[in-house]
Amino acid sequence: MNAREEVLARIRAANANAGVGLGGGVRGPGADDDGDIPREYHRGGGPAPGSPPLLDLLRRRLVDYRASVVDAAPGDEPAAIRAALAAASAEHPRGSAEHPPPSADNPPGSAEHSPRSAEYPPDSAGRGGGAVLVPPGLPAGWCPDGVVDGGFTAVELDGFAAVVTGCAAACALTGTIALDGSPDQGRRAITLVPDVHVCVVRADQVVHGVPELLARLDPTRPITLISGPSATSDIEFDRVEGVHGPRTLAVILVTDPTDPTDPTA
Amino acid sequence: MTAAFLGIPAPPGVGQLRGGRPFPAAARDALADSQLRRNLGHATGVIRTKRAAAVGELDDWEQLRLAGEAIKRATMARLDDHLVRLEAEVTARGGTVHWARDAHEANAIVTGLVQATGATELVKVKSMATQEIGLNAALADAGITAHETDLAELIIQLGDDVPSHILVPAIHRNRAEIRELFLREMPGVDPSLTAEPRRLAMAARAHLRRTFLRARVAVSGANFGVAETGSLVVVESEGNGRMCLTLPETLITVMGIEKVVPSWRDLEVFLQLLPRSSTGERMNPYTSTWTGVTPGDGPQAFHLVLLDNGRTAALGDAVGRDALHCIRCSACLNVCPVYERTGGHAYGSVYPGPIGAVLSPQLTGIHSGSDDNASLPYASSLCGACYDVCPVRIDIPSLLVRLRTAHVDAARDRPLPTAEALTMAAAAWVMSSPTRFAAAETASRLGRLAGRATGRLSSLPPPLSAWTSSRDAPRPPEETFRQWWSRTRGGPAHPAGQANPPPPGGFAGPAGSAEPRGSAGPAGPAGSAGPAGSAGPAGSA
Ligand code: SF4
Repeated sequence: MNAREEVLARIRAANANAGVGLGGGVRGPGADDDGDIPREYHRGGGPAPGSPPLLDLLRRRLVDYRASVVDAAPGDEPAAIRAALAAASAEHPRGSAEHPPPSADNPPGSAEHSPRSAEYPPDSAGRGGGAVLVPPGLPAGWCPDGVVDGGFTAVELDGFAAVVTGCAAACALTGTIALDGSPDQGRRAITLVPDVHVCVVRADQVVHGVPELLARLDPTRPITLISGPSATSDIEFDRVEGVHGPRTLAVILVTDPTDPTDPTA
Repeated sequence: MTAAFLGIPAPPGVGQLRGGRPFPAAARDALADSQLRRNLGHATGVIRTKRAAAVGELDDWEQLRLAGEAIKRATMARLDDHLVRLEAEVTARGGTVHWARDAHEANAIVTGLVQATGATELVKVKSMATQEIGLNAALADAGITAHETDLAELIIQLGDDVPSHILVPAIHRNRAEIRELFLREMPGVDPSLTAEPRRLAMAARAHLRRTFLRARVAVSGANFGVAETGSLVVVESEGNGRMCLTLPETLITVMGIEKVVPSWRDLEVFLQLLPRSSTGERMNPYTSTWTGVTPGDGPQAFHLVLLDNGRTAALGDAVGRDALHCIRCSACLNVCPVYERTGGHAYGSVYPGPIGAVLSPQLTGIHSGSDDNASLPYASSLCGACYDVCPVRIDIPSLLVRLRTAHVDAARDRPLPTAEALTMAAAAWVMSSPTRFAAAETASRLGRLAGRATGRLSSLPPPLSAWTSSRDAPRPPEETFRQWWSRTRGGPAHPAGQANPPPPGGFAGPAGSAEPRGSAGPAGPAGSAGPAGSAGPAGSA
């Protein structure tokens, strides 16, 4: 008996021994036990997607976990993206604790100090120049000077200071943004290696809870759920931000202030 | 622990599941380490507060727990079907599925897969399954270097240390100790490094950056595997998981067979239960899900290794199988008064704390009364705090009592009864008669008076002193279960004790009050035990 057959046989025997299940592994196709699961937790019924209370909750949750968030009206995304990139560079200038100057643990010439990084911060006009990476499907005009991902290697990705993307959905209750690899978000690596992630969230993408968030996602796509910048609780259970993923997460919330009842307007 | 087993016998698991000596001996050393106790007390205190706040925010927490428990129970009842489905979906989307009967087989599969790529190093995401099977040592034997990338695992690896917690393996180390370790062991570290956690985290970032960028192979565990879609899920914080799951060309995931969940929808329950229970966050910073291989995105070769290693042996026990529901959140460790004092190393296994005390002996089997893992089920006061916080409602105290009974059975052949065999037998004898049960409860209240001065009984008379010499016993409660029952229900209770014979040697002394929650005693009202619950039959703390 090969390992597969043996493990499956052990499971059937164990269930039979414990008096559980049918033990024979012979059940009709599509057999579903889900009717027996008590799903009395909240599965919807909260504020409508994109409604002002939800957006307010999302803002608070994001800030609570050290992401920054700014509002932008539809059409103002390019300016908001420029401002977010400039703010990220001002907040974490080279030589600060977050971007330490070359040192023994961070020697010059290492991937962290590749020539591309030197182009960051953005130029005086607030544009990211060559240091900002964008996915192939980012809406035209959002980040005119961004470099479109052309399948860069990991080391090449590390030369970019920032990345700008859209998102698939967002969950207000937990302050979570979901990426699913759609053209405006790109492959997973591009939102991981650069140190700054600017993410544009449309109000109509914002749902209340985790069930509503997962219901909006296609499980066959590669999905990343992001709740704030990278963090760790590994030292004395003390949460600190800034480990391997982007150390800055800037969210731009696109909402029409003239029509708060219709976020999709 | 199962007497008659039908069909294929499920052999015990092997790997990093036992220590070199029994719990009481190891605990005695840990108790003498005051720095360790301070570190543990501080860290578990911090996380208990955070968890309580995160859980308190949800008004449907109990409904989520009930759903989580029910999903796990239903999954185990048809585990074979769900694994077959998972295999089919992963395969259909470009992945390859392997099955491993035990740790040796899993290590051989992973080693072979790595060798086939020609790589001599790989990056790893923290994973209990790969720790359990001792994968790093097996890879080293084959000349392959495994780089741990989780901060706590890095601390363990640099210090040539052993994990002591399932979520924060270096919980026994404080920031000053970690700084010293980094200065000593991390090549090229900034000598001005401070003990500020943020600075320590950034030192780790710089240290691992180039390793991530060059890695061609990664090994991960999985928090969940979704049968209906073939999706694997890794829940993490630092981004080291994303690095491993995204950048290399080849990804090998080792997953215990109990980690499968039937449907994508089930994640809506577990992705709420897990982060709030483990790190006390509304949501952990990063959760990754992937399904087979996605062209142009992430590893283009994906292998899933499904691991038994004793899990089917646990599944064969009608009570003990609930330990397989564990989602490894670590909440039960963080609230356990025994864990807080002894730390994780005393448990020997990679699975410490309350869940370790029920899982490790089941995975390895208890081969004899003197088996090291046989003492683990006694490493508990049965206070019930672990059950109260468990996000999938595993009734750990009942499982502990069940395993103690199994151990006592295994020890019967020995010429001299052990302390726990005597006390278990005494408890069974006491519980088998309502009169004796009432007398024992009253006696245990006298014990409470005796312990009033300090709130702890620092020793008990022999043979129970074998247990209290290394641990303080909690005082028995003000009111016994029977008193509570007669006061609130107005009638005498009828404990449904088992009709066991009197203990060998005619041991007659009432030995601490019986545990109402335990499977051998009367059913207590849910949640009535709490921290004030009565001491277990062994009088352990
Ligand atoms: S037994 Fe429950 S509380 Fe303990 S680690 Fe497992 S899921 Fe968490």
